[in-house]
Amino acid sequence: MKTLNKLVAIALPALLLAGCELGSKEQEQVGFRGTAMVQISDPDSKAKVGDIPAPPYELTAEMIAGDRASTAYENVPVLGNVSVDEFNYLMQAMTTWIAPDGSNVKDAGCTYCHNPENMASDEKYTKVVARKMLLMTQNINANWKPHFAGQGADQENAGVTCWTCHRGNPVPVNNWSSAVPDPSTITGNKRGGNTPAQTVAYASLNSDPFTDYLADKETIRVGGKEFPTAASKAAIQSTEKTYGLMMHMSQGLGVNCTFCHNSNNFAKWEDSRPQRVNAWYGIRMVRDTNNNYISALGDVWPANGKGAYGNRRGPHGDPLKVNCATCHQGVNKPLGGAKMLKDYPALKGAAPVAAPAPVVAAAPAPAETAAAAEAVKPAA
Amino acid sequence: MAYQNIFTQVQLRGELEAGVPLGPHNDERFGPFGTSWLMGKLGGAQLGPVYLGKLGIASLLSGFIAIEIMGLNMAASVNWDPVQFVRQFFWLALEPPAAKYGFTVGVPLNDGGWWIAAGFFLTASILLWWARTYVRAKELGMGTHVAWAFGSAIWLYLVLGFIRPMMMGSWAEAVPFGIFPHLDWTAAFSIRYGNLFYNPFHALSIAFLYGSTLLFAMHGATILAVGRYGGEREIEQITDRGTASERAALFWRWTMGWNATMESIHRWAWWFAVLTTLTGGIGILLTGTVVDNWFLWAVDHGFAREYPATGVVDPATLPGAPQ
Repeated sequence: MKTLNKLVAIALPALLLAGCELGSKEQEQVGFRGTAMVQISDPDSKAKVGDIPAPPYELTAEMIAGDRASTAYENVPVLGNVSVDEFNYLMQAMTTWIAPDGSNVKDAGCTYCHNPENMASDEKYTKVVARKMLLMTQNINANWKPHFAGQGADQENAGVTCWTCHRGNPVPVNNWSSAVPDPSTITGNKRGGNTPAQTVAYASLNSDPFTDYLADKETIRVGGKEFPTAASKAAIQSTEKTYGLMMHMSQGLGVNCTFCHNSNNFAKWEDSRPQRVNAWYGIRMVRDTNNNYISALGDVWPANGKGAYGNRRGPHGDPLKVNCATCHQGVNKPLGGAKMLKDYPALKGAAPVAAPAPVVAAAPAPAETAAAAEAVKPAA
Repeated sequence: MAYQNIFTQVQLRGELEAGVPLGPHNDERFGPFGTSWLMGKLGGAQLGPVYLGKLGIASLLSGFIAIEIMGLNMAASVNWDPVQFVRQFFWLALEPPAAKYGFTVGVPLNDGGWWIAAGFFLTASILLWWARTYVRAKELGMGTHVAWAFGSAIWLYLVLGFIRPMMMGSWAEAVPFGIFPHLDWTAAFSIRYGNLFYNPFHALSIAFLYGSTLLFAMHGATILAVGRYGGEREIEQITDRGTASERAALFWRWTMGWNATMESIHRWAWWFAVLTTLTGGIGILLTGTVVDNWFLWAVDHGFAREYPATGVVDPATLPGAPQ
């Protein structure tokens, strides 16, 4: 009996600890001491920063200055103004990024988008999509700098290429499409959630937090003022939907809530980290991308079962769209923040219309500066 | 005397004890049924007699209906697949009506009406059970302390599921039925109302909750420790203290300078337990009705410290910001 008791005393705590991640964790203090502003990560389960394929060849200044592509090729409305050499260089890179030769992608290589008999033809829908994606990439790089190069970060060459999302796949691995609406009866009706869904980190929250927030512009904010006002709408259910989106962002970036928020009051901007501003612009960038580029292609996307290269739409018929994980892939700076764009100047796009707005108060009071200095000191 | 407890190693066997005779206007009792060695390891070895009565039957029936409504709704949500019902059980929910219905009764069954029905029968079951604890205590000539302690828990339950939704004018504010769904609701509730940790009544509730566990541990440990001197007969020792009671009191006077008495410790425990849900219910009731953001309230009232701002500005307030 005593042996049995001892055995139970040893086995029970061991079983209870079985769900824990063993090993030392990495900690980084990211805010004022004593406010739980800390990033904790397990080095073993951190998402790997992806590799970056080398450029096809060295692009010299002489090559960039050569004859324009529009003089050599037909039907090049987007890239007509880059040199023939840079045009070919980019086409080769895009092939590697999206449908690499030798991969198991059908028609891998140039023929994934082009008719080899007539390279200028738009008969393949993939070519029409690729053109729109080039415009999308240029738009992101030119107009959404506050998302990835705010707060005094080095803006030179910051931005995305096709590789940031695609990573050698015709369709980026992380994508979303609208959930099929719930039936009007109770049979098969999950009320939009209550399902072990990966999208919201296996919580029972709304499993499609994307349609309303990353395509539509429904208000994400739920926190209120000190006392109820006419404007404060009772909204536990919309709070849960916001919560679902936040779970996606946390998972997609591989960070805790405190990467952006001060958990003492999630809603308050004045106590948040500057990363929350990046995220705010990111949400709007994703809406722009989904609505004005991906969904804007409309019927260019073949109906499911009709396309040459597999399905490009979700079960509800809308095209596969982007969310935070599409680029980030579990890493808070996609590709570890590598400035890949420097090798592909054609993707930079036109200069932004207006300079990005400042997001950090220019001259904080001396007391705040001292506190801020204290806040960023790493834990001893 | 059929008197046993967990630290009595001897289990008595003899004629089963039917207890005091019942007065008029009572239903029949069931049992006593016999003895169980295993039950004797945990408490009294005798099973029964059970007094079910009209209140008990009505309560069990209402409870059964409530659980059936929840279970069948959850089973319907997985297309009546028993395997998926088990696999997804912790995620499944019976959700309250959406905010568009407000606090009305005429909600279609398949759009939250079943939640109202389940809540009605669950509440009926709980209230009937409360009445049962009250009536049975009276019948035994006892005080009604158990009923009032239970009533405190019912207060919190009613605030969460009925009183607060009524004051907010929306069923949608109520808690869904379901394991993870009600936990997600709790987290969302706190975030929506600016962090419940800054709600002073929530803080009181936590203090009483943790205090309850502390008192329970202190009292349980004390009585076990003087069990060798008959300390478990603590109620007798209120009037006739004996060495166990003296030692127990002396122990606490030695270690913390003061002792509760064999009688008062039970009042401490009862009040701590009752105040846990009483203060908790007040805290929930004030949330959203009187205070919309507890953190801002707490800073404003000197209850929480304002930490140095990080200097971040809400980008939506900047001119020319995208919407």
